[in-house]
Amino acid sequence: MPLKLPIYMDYHATSPLDPRVLEAMLPYFTEAFGNAASRSHVFGWKAEEAVERSREIIGGLIGASGKEIVFTSGATESDNLAIKGAAQFYREKGDHIITERTEHKAVLDSCKRLEREGFRVTYLNVDKEGRVDPADVERAITDKTILVSIMFANNEIGTIQPIREIGAITRKRGVLFHVDAVQGLGKIPFNVDECNVDLASLTAHKMSGPKGVGALYVRRRPRVRLAAMIDGGGHERGMRSGTLNVPAIVGFARACELAQASMVGEAARVGQLRDRLEAGLTKRLDHVFLNGCKAHRLPGNSNLSFAFVEGEGLMMAIKDVAVSSGSACTSASLEPSYVLRAVGVDEEMAHTSIRFGLGRFTTEEEVDYVIDHVVEKVNRLRELSPLYEMAKEGIDLKSIQWAAH
Amino acid sequence: MAYGEKVLDHYEHPRNVGTLDKSDPNVGTGLVGAPACGDVMRLQLRIDDDGIVQEAKFKTFGCGSAIASSSLVTEWVKGKNIEAAGQITNTDIARELALPPVKIHCSVLAEDAIKAAIADWKKKQLGKLDEKQTQAQSEQSLAEAVR
Repeated sequence: MPLKLPIYMDYHATSPLDPRVLEAMLPYFTEAFGNAASRSHVFGWKAEEAVERSREIIGGLIGASGKEIVFTSGATESDNLAIKGAAQFYREKGDHIITERTEHKAVLDSCKRLEREGFRVTYLNVDKEGRVDPADVERAITDKTILVSIMFANNEIGTIQPIREIGAITRKRGVLFHVDAVQGLGKIPFNVDECNVDLASLTAHKMSGPKGVGALYVRRRPRVRLAAMIDGGGHERGMRSGTLNVPAIVGFARACELAQASMVGEAARVGQLRDRLEAGLTKRLDHVFLNGCKAHRLPGNSNLSFAFVEGEGLMMAIKDVAVSSGSACTSASLEPSYVLRAVGVDEEMAHTSIRFGLGRFTTEEEVDYVIDHVVEKVNRLRELSPLYEMAKEGIDLKSIQWAAH
Repeated sequence: MAYGEKVLDHYEHPRNVGTLDKSDPNVGTGLVGAPACGDVMRLQLRIDDDGIVQEAKFKTFGCGSAIASSSLVTEWVKGKNIEAAGQITNTDIARELALPPVKIHCSVLAEDAIKAAIADWKKKQLGKLDEKQTQAQSEQSLAEAVR
């Protein structure tokens, strides 16, 4: 089969919908279109039945009961609901929240808003591999701490956090534990009971489900309560009003079933492809550096810095491959990735970073094509790079007084 | 982000990539930007005694717009005298390449690179002048001594 271009290697951003998921969803757009909240007729009953079945399946993937699943529009909403909802509900108990620097913006910006409302937030540092030290979490907990929010796996560098160790601490200290589980969900095992997680943000579209649907796991024993962010008809046990997106929920559940059935084999297969990509690139190019963590990493993640070549310029050159970069030029802020900065990657190297995200539909042929393509373009751009020329001449780039602009 | 046609053209086929001998007294080198900011441009101009840019070469570390901006200015400055070359502004560059607002800094950098290269050449010319003067003075003092 000829290779189809461009090749998608941005699975951390989103993933292609699995055709089996689409197939499961289709009837719920047409014949089974009912509102799951309609109690008075068969259209509503059918929709409700599909939703309740989906809830059980989605809960099953993380070791939870369906009753603990609250549907949302996606993980950003789940993060907002978990953090702001818990903060508001438990305000009497305390005003302190603990999180860490490499969290997704949905977590960090929710915390920032709470700070403006008078809460105090501790942002823990991570080590060079992007890991939080559980001892730091324990030290940061005070009698005013109500919530700890630490992600399962990072979206840029794929680092997997020591969730189990942190969960043991938060449970012992009686503090709620929220986990943004978006990136690891369906890729590596995650169990809310084993890890003592109280709240977990989930989304469908990173695991070949549809966009626009997510969930918040809310523990029932011991019961976790939240103040609602969206008021209305009292859907989802009053925690999130709004008519349920039935086809998307059905698709989300199907994606969970598929992920659960193939997780072990897929993690190994995708991990091998990722290793093949890294080996191919580092063998044929010098000055390539891994950002983040080699050992505790999502199987589909590879975040590499190609020294002397600016990330956006490189992405423009490798137009046969869809990837993303931690370079500032890709964001409106003109600041390079805060995640890379937090793990100690200096600014110049952050500007040269490319994030490859491999997943379910990535093939060995694609990986080999990407290696050739990237090697060729990096070499071309290095011929254009004054920094590469200076480095070859033995000039220490750090010794130069660069004018900031 | 979608790139303009002219940016793509210069990016795919950059003009005048290369290196001139920076110790050559007729070559002015401008190195602007910083790796930490994600853009570094090096523009080199060979300028004759009449102040006409005979040759221009560049190398750039940066995004597509930065590479295109530097490639474009190498075309523009060639054959111009240094006064005219020094009058090229970032607005001219940004307009020609249809740069979006977030990429304006690339054109600013290219303008700075021209100015820095000319300034470097002028400094070297002053150096040459000094040398000539010193030589003339020493010849004079030699003549006086002989007399």
